[in-house]
Amino acid sequence: MRAIALVAGAVFRESIRDRVPYSMVIFAVLLMAASYLISQMTAGQDMKIIKDLGLAAVSIFGLLIAVFIGIGLVSKEVERKSIYALLTKPVTRPQFVLGKFAGLLLTLLVNIAAMTVAFYLVLAYVHSAATEGQRLSWPAPATDPRLLVAILLIYAELAVVTALALFFSTFSSPLLATLLTLGLWVAGHFNADLRNFENVVDVAAIAWLGKVLYYTLPNLAPFDVKAEIVHGFPVAWRHVGLTLLYAAVYAGILLTAAIAIFRRRDFK
Amino acid sequence: MAAAIETENLTKDFLVGFWRPRPYRALDGLTLSVEPGEVFGFLGPNGAGKSTTLKLLMQLIYPSAGQASILGRPAGDVAVRQRIGYLAENPYYYDYLTAEEVLTYFARLFGIRGRDATARVARVLDEVGLGAERRMRLRRFSKGMLQRVGLAQALINDPEVLFLDEPMSGLDPLGRRQVRDLILQLRAKGTTVFFSSHILADAEALCSRVAILAQGRLATTGRISELVAFQLKGWELIASGVTDELRAALASKVAAIVPLSHDRYTIQIGPGEKPERLMTELGTHGASVESLLPLRDTLEDYFMQQVAAAQARDTGGL
Repeated sequence: MRAIALVAGAVFRESIRDRVPYSMVIFAVLLMAASYLISQMTAGQDMKIIKDLGLAAVSIFGLLIAVFIGIGLVSKEVERKSIYALLTKPVTRPQFVLGKFAGLLLTLLVNIAAMTVAFYLVLAYVHSAATEGQRLSWPAPATDPRLLVAILLIYAELAVVTALALFFSTFSSPLLATLLTLGLWVAGHFNADLRNFENVVDVAAIAWLGKVLYYTLPNLAPFDVKAEIVHGFPVAWRHVGLTLLYAAVYAGILLTAAIAIFRRRDFK
Repeated sequence: MAAAIETENLTKDFLVGFWRPRPYRALDGLTLSVEPGEVFGFLGPNGAGKSTTLKLLMQLIYPSAGQASILGRPAGDVAVRQRIGYLAENPYYYDYLTAEEVLTYFARLFGIRGRDATARVARVLDEVGLGAERRMRLRRFSKGMLQRVGLAQALINDPEVLFLDEPMSGLDPLGRRQVRDLILQLRAKGTTVFFSSHILADAEALCSRVAILAQGRLATTGRISELVAFQLKGWELIASGVTDELRAALASKVAAIVPLSHDRYTIQIGPGEKPERLMTELGTHGASVESLLPLRDTLEDYFMQQVAAAQARDTGGL
């Protein structure tokens, strides 16, 4: 446990000094600020647009941090051979993988927290600048605490993406791992279509393949509750709980597979 | 007492080729034993299998056959790693961390904490000559400075056995001298040092025993004194006051006579000839002897012979 915490601490320390996450957070904050200007041009829709863009910024820039840093974490260590020094210390290979994962989750947590604070500041400003009439027309209050539920699920989704990035980077090149992770992220959002494949194709084998892919590929659609939250619709706690459980199980399976591959790997 | 390092028939095949991968034997049946307290030189040209052996010992790669043990336990055992240090060839660490932070991180992995960790980090950084740069981020470090960080991290736990892969690589003459002195200090403390090099002068200056590896096979192993003194190739004598007549008279009796300046010559005789007889003859003819040196095989010569012999051997189709 101590070794995992130490590896995670080093990942966190190195990541927060890298310029990539900073620039991502700055871009996200700029986007949130820009959303306020855009909302001025759309009568009546302003609050929904600000919230939509804000949550999208947290999600997209979080994804970029997870993928680019996540893949760099293992493949950069292997490529630059810094892994030689680490794996010849009293650290086992599973501890290395778990430490990297925990360190990246911590980095993501801090970055997402920073974006969330910026997001709420923009919302608080819009709230203070709005008239009472405008406030009443909003489907949910500006600084709606339920936005945190959407952000929590974004974070859980990013944990799955991080596990994917880590898994792919244990056996493939950084470029391939990036493409595979981003590809699965996109596929993961349209996963439900695979389940219903049998309704559009007559060939049983293809419908069966669609079902297999549905259960194998990550199903990321349930993590996206942005629309419900923005429009003030309820999100069931059961849905949140089950989605978090799904994230934990899926990431757990990916990490187990990553460890199994990493254990056997030769570092030439 | 158990050997510090022991390998038995250690073999490693790598698969080469994308479509039809075929095995390539990088190390072939290495059997070796290094005693505690020895400074052991692992020599060979590039591609001989030196780094492969070190990586097998560190279990960064797994053997295709054979086994290796360190301090009586299987290589790769986490308990063994607590007692060893390893410097990889051309090491690289974390760009955004300082030398002090990297070393503190590694020290804590060994369970060294608090003031003890701070004191050790400061000590090893001073030992490798990086005391002034301790708070600089590694991305600003030169290759030689990274090599020193590498040495420092290998020493952070006061290892009983130290593995160094090309430790002098990337260092300037002063740096090489410091590393040599460091290895000598470690030897005095009783640390076992196993280092690979293709620079023979380093091995001649430091090692009690060497192994020579060529094309993945152990060519020879032994004490430096035995290997270097292996062959007396003859004698070389420098004499002055040699007249033309004397030179003409000597020409048929010696192996070579080469003019240096006006009446000074380098005279070489074979290993079977007695240098005393030549010195007497020179004296009688009024010439004086300035120096007399035995011509022996250097480690360099020996190395070339062994490599040539290994290249001539059949590689077993792999």
